[in-house]
Amino acid sequence: MGSPIECTNLRKTYDGKVEAVRGLSLRIEAGECFGLLGPNGAGKTTTIEILEGLLAPTSGEVRIFGHTWADNPRQLREWIGISLQETRLSEKLRVRETIELFASFYREPCSTADILEELQLTDKSDAWVGKLSGGQKQRLAVSTALVGKPRILFLDEPTTGLDPQSRRQLWDIIRVFQQKGGTVLLTTHYMDEAERLCDRLAIVDHGEIIAEGTPSDLIDRLGGHHVVEFQVSKEASTNGNGDSNNADLERWRSLPSVESVRREDSTVCLSVREPHLTIPALLDAVTNHGHHLEHLSTRQASLEDVFVLLTGRHLRED
Amino acid sequence: MATTETNAPKLNADSNQPPQPILPARQNGRWSGYRHLLWARILELKREPEVVFWVFIFPLLLAAGLGIAFRNKPADITSVVVIDGAGAQKTLAMLQSASVKNSAVRATVLDRAAALKAFHFGKFDLAIESNPDGSYTYYYDPARPESVLSRAEIDASLQSAAGRKDALTTSAQSSSEPGSRYIDFLIPGLLGMNLMNSGMWGVGFALVEMRQRKLLKRFVATPMRRSDFLLALTSSRLILMVIEVGLLLSFGVLVFHMPLQGSIVSVILLGSLGAVTFGGVGLLTACRAQKIESVSGLINVVMMPMWIFSGVFFSYDRFPAIAHPFIKALPLTALNDALRATIIEGASLGSQSGRLLVLAIWGGVSFILALRWFRWT
Repeated sequence: MGSPIECTNLRKTYDGKVEAVRGLSLRIEAGECFGLLGPNGAGKTTTIEILEGLLAPTSGEVRIFGHTWADNPRQLREWIGISLQETRLSEKLRVRETIELFASFYREPCSTADILEELQLTDKSDAWVGKLSGGQKQRLAVSTALVGKPRILFLDEPTTGLDPQSRRQLWDIIRVFQQKGGTVLLTTHYMDEAERLCDRLAIVDHGEIIAEGTPSDLIDRLGGHHVVEFQVSKEASTNGNGDSNNADLERWRSLPSVESVRREDSTVCLSVREPHLTIPALLDAVTNHGHHLEHLSTRQASLEDVFVLLTGRHLRED
Repeated sequence: MATTETNAPKLNADSNQPPQPILPARQNGRWSGYRHLLWARILELKREPEVVFWVFIFPLLLAAGLGIAFRNKPADITSVVVIDGAGAQKTLAMLQSASVKNSAVRATVLDRAAALKAFHFGKFDLAIESNPDGSYTYYYDPARPESVLSRAEIDASLQSAAGRKDALTTSAQSSSEPGSRYIDFLIPGLLGMNLMNSGMWGVGFALVEMRQRKLLKRFVATPMRRSDFLLALTSSRLILMVIEVGLLLSFGVLVFHMPLQGSIVSVILLGSLGAVTFGGVGLLTACRAQKIESVSGLINVVMMPMWIFSGVFFSYDRFPAIAHPFIKALPLTALNDALRATIIEGASLGSQSGRLLVLAIWGGVSFILALRWFRWT
């Protein structure tokens, strides 16, 4: 049996114009939690729906456990559980009725009581779906995906719009599924979600994978695991044009232990291996050039920094 | 109604006793998805007050309202106005003496201006003026049947009161038995219209709503058989149809003493064919629409011609004869004609193969095209 999910050179063009996915290849191993991380409109949903067999790719091939969607769609559907980005389940059905409806489509589903228990919906089993909170609705959506005892769970933006507590509940549910040997593919534009949940992830932008690896591999690409951010004010106002900005950046780059430099508005961000070497030198440099230090902070590097390094943009640009 | 009774307990058993697993592994049979889809659909309909109102209550209100408004009056009362003048009282006396043996005439005396005004507003069917020379002038409206009738009747009354002898001896037998009244015409039409409405909305609208909510997409992401889904939707229509038809027919029979000449089985079979046909047309209407706003418009465009032409409220004989072949090719016309023939005349289904064929073609072609073009996502 092949890997749970494998795709090669996927392309999807809408109406012959919009290229949503542009040559994307992935291989996801059994028991892995794999994340597609990218901004809105990057092609994550199109990709996951092609993998789920809900959209036909314009070209490229998808294999689920070695089978294509044309081979035996019904069997593949027995093996996978899906939560779409947005599904409004029937509001006039009760939670239990909804789960039983979905359970009835599978050959050997879980018992409704077990799934209610696992998804912490037992108290709500007789509530109408329309009366549930956002977090409860999302847990119900995931329970309809889990009720068929899937081997692969596909989750499209599972925690978008949820409060922090509901997000953590859902993360726990995903981890439990994974611990039982399930494979997970999820999309998200939350870097913290990707960092905490995913064993491996692919950063997607404009329909292409621009980086792939474990969260720590990706952060390693920054060169340093720490970020030093600071703002300076200048007394002599000779600066301001691009050349002297670049000259400034070059100066910061030459500080000890600095791997890369970028500027965001008036803040300078340094990717740093060892902050205790960089910071004293930074303070000296600021004083020597007659600047004032207005703000200084250090933090752990995140996937957001990786995304910014790769694209020059933030994940969530409103 | 027999079908409802056999269906209901079976469905109840499903909901009240969900298959509790005795062994840890629970196994679903071939029809488990279909049964749950059907039951979910019925629960949703039952819990939607609007559906209960529009499908069950509204047709009854419509039948009651129209039945009362167009009920046959005890005897057609001719309402006339006599223009006040020298001969007015004499005219009134002649009419009253004549009306004893003739049909009822209610005559009122008003001055000329008021009388003509009231006549023009339709309060009276005829205005009568006696001229100084002893002759009479009738004011009547040739476009109003009751005015034309009234003129003939009043003229006959006045002539015979003035001494005209009838050349022929005639006698008349009244006939206003159940079966020939407006309500008897109306109820089968309402049945047909209701089957069309609930087929178009119950299938077409419901599908687009599910598509818009991404529920269809969510369903096809499971191993659900797509044919089971459509079958469950159709079955829920049939179950609803039995209740709809049963309610409206019982209402007609019990409240308006409408005769039911044909067999109830024929009516249910016709209802089933109608429900499936309009379910198919609804499916076709909804096969690609993404938004409920667009499908609502489409449904109205499809239904509007049939409301007007298919003889729901009045006979399509009123339209020019050249249009009749087209009108008869509409599915609602075929259904209404077949329902009327079965209910009022007791015609057998075998004698109406043309109408059944029209329905079957509409339903069949719609289903085939709808399945070809249908979008689940």
